[in-house]
Amino acid sequence: MRRSNAPIFWSLFGAGGVLSALIGPMLVFITGIAVPLGLGLPRDLMSYPRMLMFAQHWAGKMFLFAVIALFLWHGMHRIFHNLHDFGVRTGTGAKLICYGLALLGTAVSAYALLALGF
Amino acid sequence: MNETRKVIAIEVLRYRPELDNKPFFQTYQVPFTEEMSVLQGLLYIKDELDSTLSFRWSCRMAICGSCGAMIDGVPKLGCHTFLRDYYPNKVRVEPLAHFPIERDLVVGADDFIGKLERIKPYIVPKEPRTLAEGEYLQTPAQLERILQFSSCINCMLCYAACPQYGLDPAFIGPGVLALLHRYNADSRDAARAERMELVNAEEGVWSCTAVGYCSEVCPKGVDPANAVNQNKTTSAVDYFVNLVRPKGAGR
Amino acid sequence: MSARRPYMRPMDGWWRRNPFFIRYMIREATAVLVVAYATVLLFGVIRLAQGESAYDAWLASLRSPWSLAFHIVLLANFVYHTWSWFQIMPKTMPMIVIRGKRLQPAVITAAGLLAAAVASVGLLLLTLGIGS
Repeated sequence: MRRSNAPIFWSLFGAGGVLSALIGPMLVFITGIAVPLGLGLPRDLMSYPRMLMFAQHWAGKMFLFAVIALFLWHGMHRIFHNLHDFGVRTGTGAKLICYGLALLGTAVSAYALLALGF
Repeated sequence: MNETRKVIAIEVLRYRPELDNKPFFQTYQVPFTEEMSVLQGLLYIKDELDSTLSFRWSCRMAICGSCGAMIDGVPKLGCHTFLRDYYPNKVRVEPLAHFPIERDLVVGADDFIGKLERIKPYIVPKEPRTLAEGEYLQTPAQLERILQFSSCINCMLCYAACPQYGLDPAFIGPGVLALLHRYNADSRDAARAERMELVNAEEGVWSCTAVGYCSEVCPKGVDPANAVNQNKTTSAVDYFVNLVRPKGAGR
Repeated sequence: MSARRPYMRPMDGWWRRNPFFIRYMIREATAVLVVAYATVLLFGVIRLAQGESAYDAWLASLRSPWSLAFHIVLLANFVYHTWSWFQIMPKTMPMIVIRGKRLQPAVITAAGLLAAAVASVGLLLLTLGIGS
């Protein structure tokens, strides 16, 4: 029987799953609720100068890249398999679209993060 | 003996290939006592009401694995499920899901049996042994690693529970993969590499999406979900090691 | 000539027939909003790279009632993801024996949830630290 290449996508899915399980809720709270509302955190925490400094630092770049890319690979892997659960025929086409979107997001985030400089 | 028996309605999915285009429900009124199982209810129907009803059964004590059915939509052993838990509602009995119906509650088990045979469900010795060498010795810890997975009675409830098997019967399935793991994890066995070929295939562990219902319904506590999903890590490690190894260096 | 004519029942609507499967589908569905949030962040990074006015517009949109409501939904989604992730995690692990006793699944789940709590507090403190 032919060896499946599922381990590649499953490993990315797993890494993204662990990361999102550990820090997903707090990240959403900080970026989408606390900072915009000034709830316990200063409203200017995500201001342009601050975020630029964060994203220009190598650690900030790695953090943003890891979160965006791994969340995407986690989500698209699950969506791909869930389509199959709904009875959608998940052939090469569906696989290319689902993982292609994750790859696109990964590439765009890498490009943007590098374009921001150091 | 003075006995007022309660009567329960048992609704069974019938199918006679020579008579019916498709399955249909037939309801029987079955007098029952507190200790009667669903299997005993079916036996009453066959003995007293309708001898044409077909179903598999044997030990009536949850060890042979023959009497599996969908009871109110849940895969269960008929001998292990009691009419008193459904009364006064009717009990709906259907053949195990995801299998082709041959007749009434009898499903075609060929696919499952074929898969059992493919995984080498026996100890393959590490080196040839003579009788003079005596028996294998195993510590309690070594036994603990396999005991749970060796409890499978081949009842196929996990296959009826598994939607991935239902959606794609090419999937080797929970029970057989649990048995495969039982042999891979056995300290006496040496055929891990050959069995890994099945594990690593799309039809192996990679068809599983960790629904986990298989372990919910298993009457023997085998936990096939665990057997399958821990082998995803094993398979992934095997995959990446294989990428790094030079070609032709064997498995 | 065989009289056999095996009948296969359709799989349509399989997950609606059992509460266990509905919970499974909800768990799987959390993926959609995980992708949605990643996309929000991705746009943030893109806007950041496009300059101050572009980024400020993105930041301002986070303050809109729609965005706040959406992030509350996202938060609920991520919390359920965290919960369901560590619920299923024990199934993916081999048997672990500590001093002769098997490590129970509930312990693994609790450890995972604890790790998430610690990581969350850690992230909050780190953010406050960087912010000051």
